[in-house]
Amino acid sequence: MPLATPELPHRDRHREAVIRVRGLEVGFGERTIMKGLDLDVYRGEILGFVGASGTGKSVLTRAILGLVPKRAGTIEVFGENVDGLSPASRRAIERRWGVLFQFGALFSALTVKENVQVPMREYLHLSDRLLDELAMLKIEMVGLNPDAADKLPSELSGGMIKRAALARALALDPEILFLDEPTSGLDPIGAGEFDDLIATLQRTLGLTVFMVTHDLDSLHTVCDRIAALGEGRIIAAGTIDTMLKSDHPWLKAYFRGKRARGVMTANEA
Amino acid sequence: MATDLLREPQITIERAGAERRAILTGRWTAEQAAAIERCAAALAAEAGDSRRVLLDLSHVERLDTLGAWVLDRTRHELGTAGRAVDFVGASPEHTILLNEVAYRGFQPRPATRRNRLYDVLVEVGENVVRAGKDFAGGISFLGEVMTALVRVATRPRRFRGASLVHQLELVAFRGVPIIALISFLVGCIVAQQGIFQLQRFGATPFVVDLIGILTLRELGVLLTAIMIAGRSGSAFTAEIGSMKMREEIDALRVMGLDPIEVLIVPRLLALVIAMPMLTFLSDLAALYGGGLVAWIYGGVSPDVFLSRLRAAIQLNTFLVGIIKAPFMALIIGLIASMEGLAVQGSAESLGRHVTSSVVKAIFMVIVVDGVFAMFFAAIRY
Ligand SMILES: Nc1ncnc2c1ncn2[C@@H]1O[C@H](COP(=O)(O)OP(=O)(O)OP(=O)(O)O)[C@@H](O)[C@H]1O
Ligand SMILES: [Mg+2]
Repeated sequence: MPLATPELPHRDRHREAVIRVRGLEVGFGERTIMKGLDLDVYRGEILGFVGASGTGKSVLTRAILGLVPKRAGTIEVFGENVDGLSPASRRAIERRWGVLFQFGALFSALTVKENVQVPMREYLHLSDRLLDELAMLKIEMVGLNPDAADKLPSELSGGMIKRAALARALALDPEILFLDEPTSGLDPIGAGEFDDLIATLQRTLGLTVFMVTHDLDSLHTVCDRIAALGEGRIIAAGTIDTMLKSDHPWLKAYFRGKRARGVMTANEA
Repeated sequence: MATDLLREPQITIERAGAERRAILTGRWTAEQAAAIERCAAALAAEAGDSRRVLLDLSHVERLDTLGAWVLDRTRHELGTAGRAVDFVGASPEHTILLNEVAYRGFQPRPATRRNRLYDVLVEVGENVVRAGKDFAGGISFLGEVMTALVRVATRPRRFRGASLVHQLELVAFRGVPIIALISFLVGCIVAQQGIFQLQRFGATPFVVDLIGILTLRELGVLLTAIMIAGRSGSAFTAEIGSMKMREEIDALRVMGLDPIEVLIVPRLLALVIAMPMLTFLSDLAALYGGGLVAWIYGGVSPDVFLSRLRAAIQLNTFLVGIIKAPFMALIIGLIASMEGLAVQGSAESLGRHVTSSVVKAIFMVIVVDGVFAMFFAAIRY
C-alpha cells in the first residue's frame, strides 16, 4: 500500500492522549489479526472506528480493555502502561471507563435496574434512595421506558438491550466510554437520539468516546475524528474530510459508495 | 490515592432578607455522594422561611450526573414547598447537564406485603400444582419422543448416526473409568463391612453371596444410574438449556428441523444403549473389588470365591439388574431433556434446571428401583 502513516492534524499534538497504542500485535493461534498497530485517542474527543467486518475492531477494543492478550506492543491508558500495573491501580483505571459490548453482555439473572446498579454498588457508597434514583435516571437518560427497569434482559428487545447496556456503561460517569456498535439494531430515530445523547454526555462530562460503528450517520454527525482499520493496522485517521479525500480503495468504497452518498446529500440538505 | 486531595463539596449560605444565596464549592461527583446528600439536606433545612434561593454554581469544580441529580432534586423539593430556586453562575456545560438530568419523580413500586401464612399456603399449592403438571408434562413429552422415534424408525435416513456415536462416546466410553472406579470401591466397602459382621457368626464365606446378590440385583444398576444422572443428565440439561437460551432451538424449528429428533432422540438412544453396558461393567468392577477384599480381609481365596459365587447366583440374579438399566436410562434422559427445554433466558435459570434435573433423576431412579423390587418379589423372579 502506498499509504504513509497518516500525519496527525497540528492541533492534536498539544492534546493529551488518554489511550495510546503502539506497535500492537494480537493473534489467535496461527492467525495474526493485527500487527504494528498505532492508535491515539485524545481526551474529550469522539473517535469513530471503522473497518470491514472481521478486521478486528472488537478484538482491538478487547485488547485495550485487557480481555485479549497481546503478543507485542504497548498500551497506555491515562498515561499509564497497562502492563505491570498493580491490581489496585488497574481497578482504579477500570473504574474510570465504561464499556458497551457488541452484544450487550447484560447479566442475565439481574433486572435492568440491578444491572445498572452493579458497578455503583461496587465502587460508590450511595444511600439506598440515591442508588435507586440514580439507576432510574441513567435508565431514562438512555431513552428506556421506566417500565423496563424491572425486566430481565431476556425480556428485552435488541434495541432495548443496547440501551440498557449503555445505561450500565454510564453508571459511574466514566471518563472513557467504549462503544462497540452502539447504534446497530436501533431504529433510525432511536439511533439519532443515541448519537445526541453521546454528544451531550461528551460535552457535559468531558467524556472521551471510542466508538466502533458502521453507522455513517453517526460518523458524520457526532464523531470528531475517524480511524479506519484494515490489513491489521490503522489505514487512515483524521476528520471525516480526510476520509472523504482518501484514495484508499476501501475508504473510497466506504465513504463514497452508494449508501454513503445518500447520507451525505441528506446531511447537506 | 488521590481521593484525599479531592475537595469535599460544601455549601455556604448567605442571607439577604427573604433571599438566600448558597455558594457551592468543591467536587459534586459520585465519590462524594454522602457529603453531597448532607449538603442538600443542610440546604433544605437552611432555606427555612425564605422565598427565594439562589444556587451559585460558579465555584463548583466538577459536576457529574449524581451531583446534578441531587441539586435538581433539591430544587424541585424546595419548589414544591413554595420556594423559588434558581441556579446562577452555571457554566454552559453545567446547564446542559442540569437540563439533561432534570428532576422526574420515580414512583417506588408498591411493596407487596402479605400474610406469612397466606404465602406459605400459596407456595404449597403452587408446588402441588407444579408437581402435577410436571408429571403430566413428562407423560406427554414421552409421547412426543416416542412419535419422533417412530418417525425416525420408519425413515431411517433421518436418523442422525454421527450424533448417536458422538453421544455414545461421551456417555459410555468416557464414563467407563469413573463408573468402574466408584463401583470397585463400593464393592470393597460392602465386602469389608459384610466380613466384619459375618465373622461374629463364623459365617465369613457367606460374604460372597452377599456381594454377588446385592451387586448384581441392586448396587450395580443403582450406582451406574446415579453416576449417569450426575454426569450425563446434567450435561444434557446444560447443553439443551443453553441452546434454548440463545434461541438455537428456535433456529432449528424455523429450519423445519424437529429439536426432539435432532437433539433428544440421539441422546436418549445413547443413554439407553450405554446404561446396560455400563451396568455390566459396574457389576464386574464391584465383584472384583469385593473379591479382593474377601481375599485380603476374610481369607477367602479366589478359587473359593468363584465357586461360591457360582452357587449363589443364577442368570436371573444378573438379569434383574440389567433389565432395569434401560428404564433408568429413559427416566434420566427424559428428565434431563425436559429440564433443558424448560430453561428460560437467564444463567440463573440454567443453573436451577441443571440442579433440578440431577435431583429429580436420582429421586426417580430410586423410586423406580423400589417399584421394580416389589414387582420382582411379586413374580418371584
Ligand atoms: N476468540 C477468538 N478466537 C479466534 N479468533 C477470533 C476470536 N475472536 C475474534 N477472532 C477473529 O478475529 C477477527 C476479528 O474479529 P472481530 O470480532 O474483532 O471483528 P470486527 O471487526 O469486530 O467485526 P464486526 O464488524 O463484524 O463486529 C475475526 O476474523 C475473528 O474470526
Ligand atoms: Mg465487532
